[in-house]
Amino acid sequence: MPRNTTSKDEDTLKTSKSTLIKRLISYMKPFKLKITGVIILMIIVMGINLVNPYLLKEAIDTHVTNKNYNGLLIIGIFFSVLNVLSMFLSRIRINILSEVSNKIVLNIRQELYTHIQKLSFTFFDNRPVGKILARVVGDVNSLQQLFSDSVTNLIPEILTIICTLFLMFSMNFKLTLAAVATLPLLIGGLFFIETFSRKRWQTYRKKRSNLNAFIHEDFSGIKVVQSYNMQEKTSYSFKNYCNSMMSSFIKAVRLNDFFWPMVELCSGIGIVLVYWSSIKLVNTGSISIGTLVAFTAYISIFWRPIMNITNFYNSLITNFAAAERIFDILDTKPDIENKGSEAIMPLINGNVQFKNVSFGYDNGTKVLDDVSFNVKPGEKIALVGPTGAGKTTIINLISRFYDTTKGTVLIDGYDIKNVELESLRSQMGIMLQDTFLFSMSIMDNIRYGKLDASDEEVINAAKAVNAHDFIMKLERGYETNVNERGSRLSVGQRQLISFARAMLADPRILILDEATSNIDTQTERLVQNGIKKLLYGRTSFIIAHRLSTIRDANRIFYVKDGKIVESGTHKELLAKKTAYYDLYMSQYKFISQGA
Amino acid sequence: MKKILKYIGKYKLLVFLPFVFLFVSIVLDLMQPFLSKLIVDRVLLNKENSLLGIILVSLAAITLVRVILGYFREYTLDCLGVHVATDIKNDLFDHIQTLSFKYFDNMNTGELMSRLTEDVDNIWMALAFGISLFIENSIYFIFAAAILLYLNWKLALISLCIMPILAWLAIKLEKDIEKAFDKISDHAVHINTTAQEDISGIRLVKAFAREKHEILKFLNLNAVNYNLNVEKSKIWGKYYPLIEFLTNISIVLVISFGGMLVIKEDISIGTLVAFNGYLSMLVWPMRMMGWLTNVISQANTSAKKIFGIMSTKADIASKQDCIKPSEIKGDITFKNVSFKYNNSYVLKNINLNIKAGSTVAIMGTTGSGKTSLVSLIGRYYDVTEGSIEIDGKDIRDLDLDILRSSMSVVFQDTFLFSDSIANNVAFSVKKSSEQSIKDACNMACIDDFISSLENGYDTEIGERGIGLSGGQKQRLSIARAMIKKSSILILDDSTSALDMETEFQLLKNLNSLKNKPTTFLIAHRISAVKNADIILYLEDGSIKEYGTHNSLLAMKGRYYQVYSDQFKDYEELEYTEELA
Repeated sequence: MPRNTTSKDEDTLKTSKSTLIKRLISYMKPFKLKITGVIILMIIVMGINLVNPYLLKEAIDTHVTNKNYNGLLIIGIFFSVLNVLSMFLSRIRINILSEVSNKIVLNIRQELYTHIQKLSFTFFDNRPVGKILARVVGDVNSLQQLFSDSVTNLIPEILTIICTLFLMFSMNFKLTLAAVATLPLLIGGLFFIETFSRKRWQTYRKKRSNLNAFIHEDFSGIKVVQSYNMQEKTSYSFKNYCNSMMSSFIKAVRLNDFFWPMVELCSGIGIVLVYWSSIKLVNTGSISIGTLVAFTAYISIFWRPIMNITNFYNSLITNFAAAERIFDILDTKPDIENKGSEAIMPLINGNVQFKNVSFGYDNGTKVLDDVSFNVKPGEKIALVGPTGAGKTTIINLISRFYDTTKGTVLIDGYDIKNVELESLRSQMGIMLQDTFLFSMSIMDNIRYGKLDASDEEVINAAKAVNAHDFIMKLERGYETNVNERGSRLSVGQRQLISFARAMLADPRILILDEATSNIDTQTERLVQNGIKKLLYGRTSFIIAHRLSTIRDANRIFYVKDGKIVESGTHKELLAKKTAYYDLYMSQYKFISQGA
Repeated sequence: MKKILKYIGKYKLLVFLPFVFLFVSIVLDLMQPFLSKLIVDRVLLNKENSLLGIILVSLAAITLVRVILGYFREYTLDCLGVHVATDIKNDLFDHIQTLSFKYFDNMNTGELMSRLTEDVDNIWMALAFGISLFIENSIYFIFAAAILLYLNWKLALISLCIMPILAWLAIKLEKDIEKAFDKISDHAVHINTTAQEDISGIRLVKAFAREKHEILKFLNLNAVNYNLNVEKSKIWGKYYPLIEFLTNISIVLVISFGGMLVIKEDISIGTLVAFNGYLSMLVWPMRMMGWLTNVISQANTSAKKIFGIMSTKADIASKQDCIKPSEIKGDITFKNVSFKYNNSYVLKNINLNIKAGSTVAIMGTTGSGKTSLVSLIGRYYDVTEGSIEIDGKDIRDLDLDILRSSMSVVFQDTFLFSDSIANNVAFSVKKSSEQSIKDACNMACIDDFISSLENGYDTEIGERGIGLSGGQKQRLSIARAMIKKSSILILDDSTSALDMETEFQLLKNLNSLKNKPTTFLIAHRISAVKNADIILYLEDGSIKEYGTHNSLLAMKGRYYQVYSDQFKDYEELEYTEELA
């Protein structure tokens, strides 16, 4: 999958219209009963609305002409009662309908969100967060309208059309043909508009998504923007994103706004045609003038539901693009997923084995090349080597964030591809390079490592990593909210919190990826001492640049260009006088010289 | 609402044109029954067949004109809506960008996104849908009312007598539904923020296998959203059928009362029939009042949120009579500086005197105030007590643009954009050349790596630099700082993920610069800070030790401890060498 950046339009799969409609309808299926109820209520209310004019006619024709006060009064009362009934039915209809349509939207959004959680890192690596958000929020919202009034209106409208058509045909066949003669023109026209406008709506959705991604990114990096005083530059880009969204919208409505006029045109011409063809019929005496007048009245009754249906079709077209984008994600298969037949990983002992593992990202660059090693339970392994050598990749493969391109990763003899993901990852404590904290209290952030941990357990974990003291100095202690991504705290402090979080998880395998790089040497030493007891007997992998962090490891892997060049204890490697020795010696030189 | 009108005012033509189109359409619409009548009366009854052609042609012409006008009405209104929405977005965005760090500390990105997208959309929809609805119905209402008053003023007054009740209902509806919209809008922010955070932190979620927890969390929010929406619909369900009912009742009243008048022979039956015909033109606009109230309430709620942000003043801004120096040299003085964050002291009584071009290294334990100290220089926060002077001028008197333009800051959180490497590096400057980008990358020791990539400088990186290692990200953000030749450079722990050799080389490059900026360097490794002109050791927000490498070693204090701690690693070197 090629990487998508903020400014690039996303690629979405093309789906046929009928599949899309079928899929949308499938969301309504669980509410069959309620929807039927709503339709029945609608038909009743529409019926009452049809009776109203009849009653009025009756009142005028019969009672007023006959000077019948009582009759007038009775009709008035009857009319009122009928409309009170219709009022209550409408209220019920509105309530049920809102329940159904909101529930459908809830279901779609939840399904989408659940699916996104299942997707693997590659998916997230390749698209800006803002664009994923645009689908979960904006695209789903735009479906709401589709599912509310419009869908349920469809059936009563169609009923109206059929009834009027029937009435019209029974009055006069030829006139009816003249009246509906323009219908094919309308359908053809709508199809034409749809074919072209669909692509334009897709573009609009994409531009919208780009804008969303830009906003998200700009506000995430606002401190960088402000510190370089580049507000003008970003404001300029923002305007560009806005403008291209605007022009894509205008382009789409330029075509789409033909919808309504098309219907009006066809109905107007229909009437002209009816008059034109009626002349002969009236002259030959095959229809009466009264019939003609009534007939023209029916034409307008006939066209109103068609307008409404067209309107629905219009909003369907407008929102197709949104639906497509939602289904596009739902159809993305996670690269890494439980097949369903996996074994549950039993309590991990800690044996980690790489057998001829190679790994490359999509673009073909090889990051790891035929790596093999065997780590005994309880061993502490340090990974060293130049940046970009593949250290992080090795540990990403252990936690199965990515799958190997070649070779296998075994834990306690289990191929990790054959065990259930959750049972595997829940036994690992992983501290990623980018420390991430949620905007909630410190207490809750640490507790994320073990959701049912008591306050005391949390505090103990914090004490173990030497975070307790600084936490207590904050104005609200453990209840201090750390703000988005933990921005309230320094990076070093964030690392301590995430360390506590990993320790609380009581992991069988601990993975620290430059987890302490922003912590000063003294604090780090305190942390090391604090966790020594906790780590006893557990396998751990540590990536670090500081020798003090590395030297106590049972084994050191020197990684370079995707290979483990040498491995051994600190002393062994020094004695070898090769890569590790050089690194060590140069550090000695740096420390004595200074930069 | 008034503020939105101001935005609309800019597009007078786009408001005026649809109004005219609509007016003409309605007049044409009213002509149609007349033409139909002509056909029946003159052509069919009087057999004036020669007229038929003319009438049919004019009927067709009317349709055609209406269609064309209808199209342009829709189109101009759509343009109006999108233009106003875009203007509001631009203003809001520009305003948000002026707000200070403190504002963003307490504000989630998700919330700002929500305001800029959904809330603006609500106003947009109201404009596209509401304006045409409003104009159309007003015109119909006025026409119908005029005709009815002309036909019979007594009946007309009766048909209008429900108007006050409807108005009262509309006001109540607005009050109730606005509260509901307010809750929905705030909750949408909640959903947005949660989704945004969860997706940003998806790697953590997966690392702890917390997918189910997150799904459940979202489900709860989603369910609340459902409840709020249903609640809102219930309000609508309470009022709208009532409005519908009242309008129907007004018809009954007119017919019953009118019927009596006819019986009493006050009016002719023809008048009553005609009256009945025009009544629906009066009733529809009244019903539409409900819809309009609904749409306007939603837009109003969103407008309040948006203009709430717009009225937030940036608490750090240039003074009106600020000094605009043509050049900043980079002498920096801290005079008794103290700084409070959330009511507790982070820095206490800091005094420093730094000459332009010198390097100040800052060490200290985690949370000792290192970052706070450097973030005061660019006025990301203002000092609580004391003052900071650059080139002898209080920074609060300087023009903020000039101050910040003279600085390059690399934060400890590296932030990169999802863009090409070249664009990321060139972000900090208005103009750049390929060579200047390459030079900056060379300085930051990242050029070799970039050149080894298949697409070189055009390689696109993911959001926040996904796909790069920590060290690569840090070096890119240093390159971004270096391309801008500033007189003040701040490196806040931004070499932590580099291996020692790269860090050494990079700092060496910085030190050998010709016009060396005044540099603040926060680091943990002795090798990085050793050659600085001044080394500070911070503890609990105060300067504990101050001096050069040698003078600090001689003090045998904190710095000495760190030094020997790090140096200890190499003490056994001779031993190992003997071993070999």
